[in-house]
Amino acid sequence: MSVPVTIRLQDADFDTAQEIAALTKGRTDIGAVVTFSGICRGGEGGDAIAALTLEHYPGMAEAEIGRHAEEALSRWPLTGLTIIHRYGRIAPGENIVLVVTASSHRQAAFQAAEFLMDYLKTHAPFWKREESAAGTNWVDATSHDDAAAARWTKS
Amino acid sequence: MKVVYFAWVRERIGKAEENVDPPPAVRTVADLIGWLTQRGEQYAHAFETPRVIRAAIDHAHVKPETAIAGAREIAFFPPMTGG
Repeated sequence: MSVPVTIRLQDADFDTAQEIAALTKGRTDIGAVVTFSGICRGGEGGDAIAALTLEHYPGMAEAEIGRHAEEALSRWPLTGLTIIHRYGRIAPGENIVLVVTASSHRQAAFQAAEFLMDYLKTHAPFWKREESAAGTNWVDATSHDDAAAARWTKS
Repeated sequence: MKVVYFAWVRERIGKAEENVDPPPAVRTVADLIGWLTQRGEQYAHAFETPRVIRAAIDHAHVKPETAIAGAREIAFFPPMTGG
């Protein structure tokens, strides 16, 4: 049986519980589900943020996330995978991204979810712009995120 | 070929996409950045620090030394900040 993979880019919010249920419904081979939710923070270092706007590269974003999903499936014995990434204007407290990994055992599910998030942050073509009282500015990429992604590279 | 821009690269250049026809001497992604930079102040501003510019050809990441021959769509953008 092929592994069910769902990848969606959308401006609408998503329901995490509903996505887990959709992945596991009727299945008896799944022993572990790990979810990661990325949520818009209301501020950074004391500066309040009114909202984030996520720009993306339609076409490439789907292709790139698809390539990450394929790699995760080749590296870990996953039995299901859902990735949802929102774009557009997102207010503090709202969801940005969801990764759901399912496997027979927890280790593969944990590791694949972490791998996928590290790669999404550094390789998926999305850009965050913050709105605050001071105006709007593009969020800078961090070397911490690059280092997190680099540790998954096979030497 | 079609060139597309995103985030602050798009804002600085002032357009999201355009069709360009570089001369044959423009062989690589880095060459194309150099050639675009000559097109005006906005381009020079967008590409003022070439090492931070990321590029993709036909929806896949590429390096500066990648050849552009045969490309349908080339994208330039800042480091990504999704997730």
